[in-house]
Amino acid sequence: MPEDINAELETDELVPSAEPHAAHLPLDKAIETQADLSAEINALGDAYVRALKDGAPAETQPRLDYPPYRSSILRHPTKSLHHTDPETIELYSPAFGHQDVHALESDLTIQHNGEPQGERIIVAGRVLDGNGRPVAGQLVEIWQANASGRYIHKRDQHPAPIDPNFTGIGRCITGPDGSYRFTTIKPGAYPWKNHLNAWRPAHIHFSLFGTEFTQRIITQMYFPGDQLFPLDPIYQTIVDQDARDRLVANYDHNLTEPEWALGYNWDIVLTGPKRTWTENEAFGTAGDSSEEAGE
Amino acid sequence: MSTKLVPTPAQTVGPFYGYALPYDKDNELLAPGSPGAIRLQGTVYDGSGQAIPDAILEIWQPDSEGRIVQKTGSLVRDGYTFTGWGRGAVGNSGVYTFTTVNPGPTKPGAAAFIAVAIFARGLTNRLFTRIYLPEDTGALANDPLLSSLDPERRKTLIARRDADGGLTFDIRLQGEGETVFLDFQ
Repeated sequence: MPEDINAELETDELVPSAEPHAAHLPLDKAIETQADLSAEINALGDAYVRALKDGAPAETQPRLDYPPYRSSILRHPTKSLHHTDPETIELYSPAFGHQDVHALESDLTIQHNGEPQGERIIVAGRVLDGNGRPVAGQLVEIWQANASGRYIHKRDQHPAPIDPNFTGIGRCITGPDGSYRFTTIKPGAYPWKNHLNAWRPAHIHFSLFGTEFTQRIITQMYFPGDQLFPLDPIYQTIVDQDARDRLVANYDHNLTEPEWALGYNWDIVLTGPKRTWTENEAFGTAGDSSEEAGE
Repeated sequence: MSTKLVPTPAQTVGPFYGYALPYDKDNELLAPGSPGAIRLQGTVYDGSGQAIPDAILEIWQPDSEGRIVQKTGSLVRDGYTFTGWGRGAVGNSGVYTFTTVNPGPTKPGAAAFIAVAIFARGLTNRLFTRIYLPEDTGALANDPLLSSLDPERRKTLIARRDADGGLTFDIRLQGEGETVFLDFQ
């Protein structure tokens, strides 16, 4: 298994196998430096900017095939995605409600007996579809490292302290206006083993559903001004600067609460819905529903 | 119609979802052993033919009568309500398992299928595909998606029926026998 092979690849026990090398990589990959990776990242970025100038369409999503993110090399489809019209079940989304998620799950700082270490923050925004319509009554899941950049995961061996008062997972159901809000701790950057001295910019993973299965997305939210952005092969899987910027939250002093927590605002836009909306559906649901969808 | 907005980009699920996304009975759309329950299983392979140990799948399907269910309770299952949605991480050997029902056709004569989203470390965005039931060959032949594919690719979307009545559907992310992945935009 790749995990066993990773153990052999380790050159420094103190550097975690946070993102293990794929089994196919030769041993000398362990000595690839940030300069090597930055050269690859910059070459792909420059080629994209040139293509844009020559009239190529702007890219809005990450590339599935992005070699600087080494783990993608054997895991991206080589054939083009097959375009098809979504049908029946794909035009609906699973329903989640207050049976599924307790209101307290949106506060990641109160899940244990004590207060977690680090900078308390509020992350809030709205989930919208591609037509600007709020996605109401839908599930949002988040997970993240603690303030030291450590995940509660057996494979994270970053020698930073685990915080007994912070697990780093949260859930909520969006409000009628598509709004979500989490109270949490600002995550730390963490090292990983894509190359020597690889560090991920601080981020929070977000999992989102829309009103249709076709809108399902998992992504990451970042914090403004992070110096690691240009160095990170995962953030740079999105080659378009405007698209990358959409993953960066805004510091929002109106969300900041006095003597309590700094506020960050981040709105998420899903793809446009494909189903023809009826008037009732357009209002959305904010709670539990037990209706069956009509065709 | 309101203004068109540009969608937020995806990012990989990464390696550390293990304490966040899985939950109790996530892959049991109904209790194993219930009337009509079947096992849906398969292995996720990378481009070198290795089973990958850190993929997580979601399935979304109609019930056995072909009805699209809009009931809550997928995260906290009551043991009786079929919600049509489940999530299953592969194990160390790359095998995923769901307990579910055979989906019914959503329209008379339509080919029955289960919608799938696949997430993994190294996969920068989720991949969508479909798991078709193998039996109704007439419906499969008339299916708009399947009939738009050449035979080699078409068969990557059709599950095998197991001796125990379950379904096996392997997913190949890359290379020979690469699964057909879908773009709905």
